Parts: sequence; structure tokens; C-alpha cells
Amino acid sequence: MYPNELLYTKDHEWIRVDEDMGTIGITDHAQKELGDIVFVELPKAGDHVSAREVFGSVESVKAVSEIFSPVTGEVTAANPKLHSTPELINTDPHGDAWLIKVHMADRGEIDSLMSADEYEAYLKEEKAH
Amino acid sequence: MKNRNRTARPHVTRNEDLIFEQSSPGKTGVDLPPLDVPAASPERLLGADIFRSEIKGFPEVSETEVIRHFTRLSTWNYGVDTGLYPLGSCTMKYNPRVNEVVARLEGLATDHPFAPEALVQGCLEILAETARCLAEITGMDAVSLQPSAGAQGELTGILMIRACLADRGNPRRIILIPDSAHGTNPASVHICGYEVRNLKSNARGCVDLDEMDRAMTEDVAGLMLTNPNTLGVFEEQIQEIARRVHAKGGLVYMDGANMNALVGVARPADFGVDVMHLNLHKTFTTPHGGGGPGSGPVAVKQFLEPYLPAPIVEQSADGIYRLNFSRPKSIGRVRAFQGNFGMAVRALAYIQANGAPGLRQTTLDAVLNANYVRSRLKDVYDLPYDAPSMHECVFSDRKQAARGVKTGDIAKRLIDYGFHPYTTSFPLIVSGALMIEPTESAGKAELDAFVEAMRSIALEVEEDPQFVQKAPYTTRVTRLDETAAARKPVLRWEPNS
Amino acid sequence: MRYLPNSPAERAEMLRATGHDSIEKLFDQIPSALKMAGPMSLPGPLSEPEILEYFREAASQSSRDYISLLGAGAYSHYRPVAIDALLSRGEFFTAYTPYQAEIAQGTLQAMFEFQTLITQLTGMDVSNASLYDGSTATTEAVLMAMRITRRNRVVLARTLHPEYRHVLQTYVQHQGVELYGVGYNSTGQLDLEQLEAALKTETAVVVIQSPNFFGSIERAEEIAGIVHKSGALLVVTITEPLSLALVRPPTDADVVCGEAQSFGVPVAYGGPYVGFLAAKTQFVRQMPGRLIGQTQDTEGRRGFVLTLATREQHIRREKATSNICTNQSLCALAATIYLSLLGKKGLKALAEQNLSKASYAAAQLRAIPRASVPFSAPSFNEFVVKTPGPAEELLAALRKEKIIGGLDLERYYPEMKNHLLVCVTETVSKGAIDRMAAVYARVAARCAEPDRHRDTVAAGRPSS
Repeated sequence: MYPNELLYTKDHEWIRVDEDMGTIGITDHAQKELGDIVFVELPKAGDHVSAREVFGSVESVKAVSEIFSPVTGEVTAANPKLHSTPELINTDPHGDAWLIKVHMADRGEIDSLMSADEYEAYLKEEKAH
Repeated sequence: MKNRNRTARPHVTRNEDLIFEQSSPGKTGVDLPPLDVPAASPERLLGADIFRSEIKGFPEVSETEVIRHFTRLSTWNYGVDTGLYPLGSCTMKYNPRVNEVVARLEGLATDHPFAPEALVQGCLEILAETARCLAEITGMDAVSLQPSAGAQGELTGILMIRACLADRGNPRRIILIPDSAHGTNPASVHICGYEVRNLKSNARGCVDLDEMDRAMTEDVAGLMLTNPNTLGVFEEQIQEIARRVHAKGGLVYMDGANMNALVGVARPADFGVDVMHLNLHKTFTTPHGGGGPGSGPVAVKQFLEPYLPAPIVEQSADGIYRLNFSRPKSIGRVRAFQGNFGMAVRALAYIQANGAPGLRQTTLDAVLNANYVRSRLKDVYDLPYDAPSMHECVFSDRKQAARGVKTGDIAKRLIDYGFHPYTTSFPLIVSGALMIEPTESAGKAELDAFVEAMRSIALEVEEDPQFVQKAPYTTRVTRLDETAAARKPVLRWEPNS
Repeated sequence: MRYLPNSPAERAEMLRATGHDSIEKLFDQIPSALKMAGPMSLPGPLSEPEILEYFREAASQSSRDYISLLGAGAYSHYRPVAIDALLSRGEFFTAYTPYQAEIAQGTLQAMFEFQTLITQLTGMDVSNASLYDGSTATTEAVLMAMRITRRNRVVLARTLHPEYRHVLQTYVQHQGVELYGVGYNSTGQLDLEQLEAALKTETAVVVIQSPNFFGSIERAEEIAGIVHKSGALLVVTITEPLSLALVRPPTDADVVCGEAQSFGVPVAYGGPYVGFLAAKTQFVRQMPGRLIGQTQDTEGRRGFVLTLATREQHIRREKATSNICTNQSLCALAATIYLSLLGKKGLKALAEQNLSKASYAAAQLRAIPRASVPFSAPSFNEFVVKTPGPAEELLAALRKEKIIGGLDLERYYPEMKNHLLVCVTETVSKGAIDRMAAVYARVAARCAEPDRHRDTVAAGRPSS
């Protein structure tokens, strides 16, 4: 279910790391919790994001969910497809529906993130509560 | 699926295009009297660059068509006049017809807000008398009728708290709000430049005193509390809560949305409340109008009186009413003119019709009705908080959700039984909430029919959950695609659309 | 008690079902020290005839026998009787916010029509389903512009309704906002030189009113050009939207908002009225208040729903675009019915009558010695007149003729001593206008007597 090449946060974001570039999205679990996504608000290229701080939001009809950045850095791109087809997040959350790409300032920040196995264990634990 | 429904039958209503789609050039619904002065040339007077020759797309229809159009639209609505409307926390009670008659009397409906005070003594007396009655009902010392609705009353009250604390030397930074509160509370507080700190409720759904003590620092300007709270539970420790907030130099705001549980029985002033608002469209029978107009008077203790919005109505020794604009400590004006005057007229007529004994009996009936519904449904619907209910009771969909049926589905099925749904998914502290406020306006027969419908739906959930999930079946439209509406908003009619 | 449907026997039976032996038990959770000891001191109970008698007496203490030349944000227009006939349908006036779309299509479709009518009138792309009134709509427009531009300087025309300016001040007093006023020139319009000087890089928004508080129609297009150069947004407030039947809408503005009371809502001593707010499409997610959207049901039939609700307080709480919940739906419905009745031709004809009457009245007053109409800008149904003697004396003389002569502008503009704001709608007859002019002439003649001291002040160019 959860791709091994991604790293995960407790707030249900994922990041794909390629040298000092990070691609960030929300997890399948997050999109299921929200339901049909109708709108996505994202920063622009050139904006700064900080680890564990809000950089955007995802909306369904009756809920808004803030998205936290796993890493600090400068946004190099926001996914242009999501403005007109936010439903991509429901259909391909870990692939085509990435949210932003970030030029990371500190690769060390990813050390505290979860692997796919750890994230699935975390989801089970959350569900048990 | 066996049809157990004995309360409702489908009803034929006509389809009806948008008014724009019925338009045909040359029609009108109004004939003007002849002009008795020379006709001006708009193009010449206004200038060619300002003059507008037509409003594109504007409708052209006859009076007959307008009457039919809106009458047909009205038949697609469900109102309090149609039947039980147990929308929790909204107090959907009967709106007396005499209120509507007196609010439309020539003089009251036609006086201009800038007319000389000597010529509007009737309007001013009504404002003064309504304010006096509301002060008596709440036990508070002074009332402003200016706020347009509950949310604006909240804004007004919190601004007054801030002004008062600023005068005492420090406006402070934070307002405490229980997690059961209406969304308007935090939104209103935000405009006043305060931070919101949420207070977790305890196992009874009330304010947790320990949690409050930890949060109640010298940085806290006040506590904003709904009492009875949104679970319909009276905050038993309200006096102690107020004492502790006051001991730390904070003030207590009460959201009076649920005053229908208290009028004639207990008064917020005695609880230690410093400032509160009332909703005339809830407790005092001014109509909800499909979403307004409302009216949200604020009531305060004497020490906050100087901060009330200007103007206020005063009566001098000679019996003459005046508007006093000269209020140096006032937080300012929250809307133009003197507030929703027409709502004050209706509220006063309601208070007069009841008098003190009628208002008290109204409260007793509202609380009895809620408790009756609670006692007759608690074996089939989960009661997450078992504290005693006042004017409303809150169930959860826990039992039904196990079969895949959520509170929203039960609500939609209730429509098929001929009732307006309760409030769904609120308060947020109850997962899958069913918030039921019958008000005093339902008799036993109506409540029994409602109870029977709710029990019947619970059985349907057991037998055929998918059937309930697709309700309603008898309405003129089935479930509407809210996702499509939000993804590609269509917010106006366009020619050829 | 005629509003309560339960009999004593039914109450007793219901009480038994709750498991209690007395109604007092249901109130046990209220500490006894907090319960009221005695009855409240209130009027009533009154029967229906007694209630009618009380309010008829109050209504007699009114200005109903007077001809009113007051406007200033609240306009006396004839209300076709069909409006109240339709508003009185219980399905409309006893319903609430249409949360359950399947049984609220009537309100929803009517509000969709309201939104459409407002966009047609204002030339904007989208409109909400109403706000409390013009003053709060203007305030919400300013807050919206501050969110969009993320700037905090607000430039206000001094010719924006004074009470609207007061409301804005109240709302933003703790928001770190810098308010700056821009004056008017000798035509009674916004002073564009002052405007240019007032615009700084931090300016979020400029708010003008058109027709402005003096009745003068502003050059919105030219103003928009100046405002947009600075990166700020332009909000145009309209208190007399009937003017839009004859005046080009400010399509270059970013937000057009105001008061729709003129459209079938009674003057009613100040409320309830109906605020509106319309904007360009790109700002829709920053708009306050309810929005109705068109969609389809599962069978493909057209229907309407509340939409984009994630902007609102019940979902976003303190981060919402506004704290508003209950708006003014029934008044918006009145406006929708009114505009449907008048329609394209009727509204234009009515606007022409207003323009003709006001223009006739202004001409009569211009002809009075020592009276003048100081502002030269085009106007609609409202204008400023400089009185031929003390304004109070003139108003008192008019009162004797059962005419309320207008608003004394000195109340809000100290530099405008002896200036009245006069509004002439279709409800004022030629006879009444002529009687008013005759009173002016008499006062002018008295003031011309050599022993009378005259003090008049010219309309100045006040600083901000």
C-alpha cells in the first residue's frame, strides 16, 4: 500500500527525497479521511517552507486539512494539475498528486521521519485509540 | 422494505425554471403612476460615459408569473409551519402571526432612522421597552439592540471585554472557549484581536475545572461559555467557574443561544456572567426567514454599560425618548442605524403575549419536550453523555455507524417521514452527533410521531442499511452532488447556461 | 397560553415517561441558589387585540403623516403588495438556513436568483447570498481585501457613509490597521490628487461610495486605474442600488458591495436591511457569507446547495473568512421578488422617475435666492443643498409643513454648516417638492432682511 521509497510524517504527509530535492504529498490514509477533495491551496515557487509548519491546505466539501512540511527549504514547484483536477489526490495520492517540490536546506531533517513499515504500524496504533 | 411510514405521503409540486428563464421582452410586474414632473434625460444629465442603457439578462415577467414562481418555490421548502423542525441549537419555534402584523404597521415600518427624535417616539419606546424586558429576563443591567445577529452580539461583547480590560491597564491576549462551542465564538474572538484557547470538556460534557485552572492565567481576558452548553447540559459549576475567572482578573461571556432553557427559571446575571448576547430569532420567536434576519442584543452588568455600542435609547424625566450618541467609552458602532428594529418589534409582541407566566411555562415545556424525546429514544440511539438534558438532547450514531449508516443518512431518511432533520455532526465533541431540540412548539402527538419515525429508521438500519444510506426518496430532488458544486462552482445563472 | 400545544394531561403523561414526578426535577441540575425566587416584572400576558392596541398607539407616535426627504443610506420606495403576500408564506419565513438541500430548494433557488440579480446589477462575476447591511458588507469587503493583498493600510473616501466608516473602525480597531481618509473636491467627488498622495505600497484597499454620501456619482473607472497602479484593490460601496438601472456599474472595481434595502425592504427605523457583496471570480474563496451553487442530484436533475462552506465559521472557526452565520435571507428574498416584479424596463423607468424628481427639486432650489446646490457632479436621487439661512430654521419651517427636509450634514461634516442632504424618490409628489421650495423661499426672504446676521460656510476642501 505505502511505497517503500517514500518517508512519512505523523500528520500524514509523505516526502520523496532525491539528493537535496524533496517532493511532498499527502498519504492515502489522509485522502480517505478527507473524502472527495474539492480544492487545494499551495505556495508558489520561490516561497519558503519550514519543517513541521503549515504550507497549504486541502479541502473537501465539509472539512479543511492543513498540510505540514516535513522539511525546511525553498519551493521550486507546485503541482499545476491540482488547481483544475484536485480529485487526483483521491485517485493517485502517492504519485501524480504530489503537492510541492522543495529544495531542502537540511537533509538531516528527514532522519526523524517514518519508513513505510513504521507508518503502517503508526496507522494501526492510531486506529486502536 | 416494509413501509412503516404513517406520517408522510409524497406531494405533487410543480417544476419551476429560474425567473430569468421565464423572461420575455416587454413584460413587467409593475405599472408606475404617471410622472408629475418634467421627464429628465438620463443620458444628458448623467453624461454618456456614465449612462447605462440596460441591465443585460434582467428578468421581464408579469405579476402573475412572479406570484406563481415564488409560491411554487415556497412549496419546496420545509418550515416551522410545516411541522416539527428539531434543528438543535437553532430553536425553531413557532413564529406568532401577530408579530408580523405589528411589525408592518405604517409608522413602525416606515419611520426613517434619521427622522427627528420627536417624530419617532413610538419606535424609540419600543426599543427602550424591549431592552428593559430583556434586561429583566437576563437579570442584567443594560442592553443594546444594535447587533444584527448572534455572531455580531459575540463580537460586540468581546470588544466590550477588551475595552474594559484595556481601561484597567491590560487588555490581555487570550479568550478561553470550550471545545463544544459554536464556530461563531472563535471566529468572533479572532476579529477582536484575541487568540483562542480551546478548553477540553470533561466526561459530562461540561467545563473541566482543573483544565480551566491550568489555562486561566493572567494572560486570559475571559471565558466564553454557552449555558446550557451545546449538549443541552447546564453547567452546574457555573458560579464557581465565574468566581475563578474573576479571581484571575478575567470576565465571563455567555453565549445566550440556549436561553430557551432558562427564561423565567434562572437568570445569567446571577451566574456571574458579565456580558452575554441573546438571539431574538431563537428564544423570542422572530422568524428565521430562511437564514435571517436575526437580531443579537447584548446585555451587560453595570460596569460594562459605558462600553455599549452608541447610540443607546434614553428616556428623560419628561418622558421623552432620545438617542444618546455621546458615549466616550463606547466600543463604537457595529452596524449602521439602530439595529434590526423590526425584530425588536416582534420580540416585544411575543414577550407581551406571554407575560412572565407564559414565558416560564414556555421554558418548562421546551425542557419537558426534549426530555420526553430523550427518554423515548435512548434505548435505540446511543447517548454519549448521560448528564441531564435541558432544552435539547444529543445522541450519537455509534450504534447505526456500525452498520455503515451515519447521522447524515438518518437525517435524510427522517425527511421521508415528513420531519425536518435535527442538527447533524454538531457539537464537534460528539462523533456523529444527532442534536435534537424539539422546542415548546410541538405537542405530544407531534413528538410521538417523530419518536415513531426515529425508532422506525433505527429498525431500517438493522434490516437494510443501504436503503437508509440512499434516502431521501420522496423529495423533489434526491441527494445533490455537493462535491461537483464545490469543484466547479456555478454561482449565477448565465444566458444559455 | 395560546402558543403552547400541550394540555395539562399531556404534560403529566410526558413527565411520567421521563421518570420524574415533578417538572421541577428536570431543572435539578440548576443549583437552587441560581433559580429565580419570584416572577419576572414584564408586561402581559396580553391578548391579540391588546397587543395590536399597544403597537397601533406606538405607530401613531411616528412620522407617518410627514413627507420625508431623508435618504442617506435608507430609501423610501413604494413596495408592491405582492412582496409581503409572498414573504408571508410560512414555508419561506419560518425556515432556516438551507442546510438540508432536499427540503430547502425554494430558499436555495431564490437565493441563487438573488446572487444572479446582484451580479447583473453590479457587473461583478459572483455575489454572496447577503450580509447584515451595507455597513457590515463594506467592512467585510475591506477585511477580504486585506486577506487578499496581505497589506494593512486602508484608504477611505470621506464621502463614504459616515456610519459605515464608524462600523469599519469598530471592526478593525484591534487588527493593526492604518485607516486614512481622502477628501472631496468642489464637484463633490473624490479628490484624485489626495487619493494619489494617499496610496502607498502597503495600501490594501481603497473604499469609495457611488453615488457617494453627497449623492455625487464617482468616476469609478478612473479611480480604479489609479488604485490598481499601487497594487491595492478597489471596493465600491453602493447605498442606493436603484441608481444602477441608469448608471454604469463599476466593473473595474474588485469588490462591489452595499445596501439593497431600496429593493422592497421597508425603511423600518433602520433595519432589518440587506447587505450584498459581489466580486471578481478570482476572489470567491476569500468572500464572506453564504454562497449558493448550482449542481445536480443523483438523477441528473438541476438543484441548488450551500457551497464553498469551508470558508465559513462552522468549519474553519477562528480562521474563517467572517464570523457571520445568520444573514438576511428573507430581506434578500424581498429584493429578489421586487426586482423580478420591476424587471428590466420597470426598474429603469422607476430610476428615471427618481432622477427626474430629484433633478426637478434641485432646479427649484437653485432658483431660490441664497440657496445653492454646491456640487456639480452628476447625481441620482440625492443631492446637497446649501440652505438660504440656518439649516435648523429651515428644517423647523419645513416640519410645520409636515415635511422632513433632509439630513443636516454638519452632524457628520463640521465644515458643512447649513448644508442639507436631500433625497427625492418617486414617493415625493411634485406638490410636495413645490411646497418645500416655497418654504425655502420664505426662509430666504426672512434671512434677507437687513438686521439678520447671515453665517454660511462654503463647501471646502477639507483635509483628511
